[in-house]
Amino acid sequence: MASMRDIKRRRDSIQSTGQITKAMKLVSTVKLQKAKGKAESTRPYFDLMYETVCSMLAKSGNINHKYLTAGESSKKAVIVITANRGLAGGYNSNITKLITNGDIPKEDALIYAIGRKGKDTLERKGYTIQADYSDVIDNPLYTDAKAICDEVLEAFTNGEIGEIYLAYTSFKNTVVHEPKLIQLLPVDAKQLQSDANADTTPMNYEPEEDEALNMIIPKYVCSLIYGALIEAVASENGARMQAMDNATSNADEMISDLSLKYNRARQGSITQELTEIIAGANAIE
Amino acid sequence: MADLKTFQLLVSTPDRTFYEGDAGMVEVTTSEGEIGIYADHIPLTSVVTPCVMTIHENGAIKKAAVHGGIIEILKDKVTILAEVAEWPDEIDVNRANEAKIRAERRLSSNDSNINVLRAEMALKRSLARLNAVDK
Repeated sequence: MASMRDIKRRRDSIQSTGQITKAMKLVSTVKLQKAKGKAESTRPYFDLMYETVCSMLAKSGNINHKYLTAGESSKKAVIVITANRGLAGGYNSNITKLITNGDIPKEDALIYAIGRKGKDTLERKGYTIQADYSDVIDNPLYTDAKAICDEVLEAFTNGEIGEIYLAYTSFKNTVVHEPKLIQLLPVDAKQLQSDANADTTPMNYEPEEDEALNMIIPKYVCSLIYGALIEAVASENGARMQAMDNATSNADEMISDLSLKYNRARQGSITQELTEIIAGANAIE
Repeated sequence: MADLKTFQLLVSTPDRTFYEGDAGMVEVTTSEGEIGIYADHIPLTSVVTPCVMTIHENGAIKKAAVHGGIIEILKDKVTILAEVAEWPDEIDVNRANEAKIRAERRLSSNDSNINVLRAEMALKRSLARLNAVDK
């Protein structure tokens, strides 16, 4: 049996770890509330944007546009949104797994990393990191999304990359977060068209359809990236809150287990001392 | 026109729903020029450039600076998806003024390194802000 001192030391260390995880849980709960509020206030914009683009594509039928057809390059840009910090359960590894187990071959993938954890993991696995915007994830702004969007779109227009993907964790509710890999460009017109409602009022475009698409698709891509950033922040804090909650309850369990052992060891040593004293007294008589 | 026919107007930005309600008329500037929209307008989708948006509602006139976005006009509903939208009391006049002067300087200098398009956009944005506060 471990000595009393060992058990005590172990228990104290777990207790202080438990305090840290408890504090982290509280912090991420507060952050989650904030991020959730933000995600909810931004959602109408993306839903509207999505609807608008859907109905636009549905009404314009099969048009040939540079944003709607894949580029010639076999390179695929993947925007990977993870956290800068760990201790969030499977949050970061779920995203990287999505890419390493996905259909995108390692040689063709160009990673645009947002979040240090994902960048480090993918870099270690031999992926090419094209750009790193890890500072963005702490406090995502619309202008950040725009800067990222401009860069990938430029590469797409120049023919350096043929397809653009986005990997992020979608925030369903506080406990359910789903890692997702979606295709940004070329826009999957068929998918969008099937999502559009049946309303087929003929629509006029000013400027011409082609030019309007030229201006609207970048805004659409940009808003998707921004939406993904906001949802990822909410998911990160949600995941961390859950992970820390589990850690705290595990710590509590271990502490109660160790306390029991400690008390037993103490009782054992008292009994032993008593036996020795009595034995000693008996010997003298 | 006291009982002007109204339509639903929704102005949404990535950060918030900026305006939601009925309006008699709304004016914005698109990439093709200024337009004023009443109810029963033909369906139209257009691209909004940085400008002052004017909302006429029950005789009251509201102005706001809108910086680029998409406008979708349906018969009884107008949706503006703006990147940024601000009421006059949210605008920092000094900052807008500085931005305007900076952009003007950049445009008038003959330095080939500057991005003319970007400077023009900055100038448009600052003018939209200043005009929204002015009137």
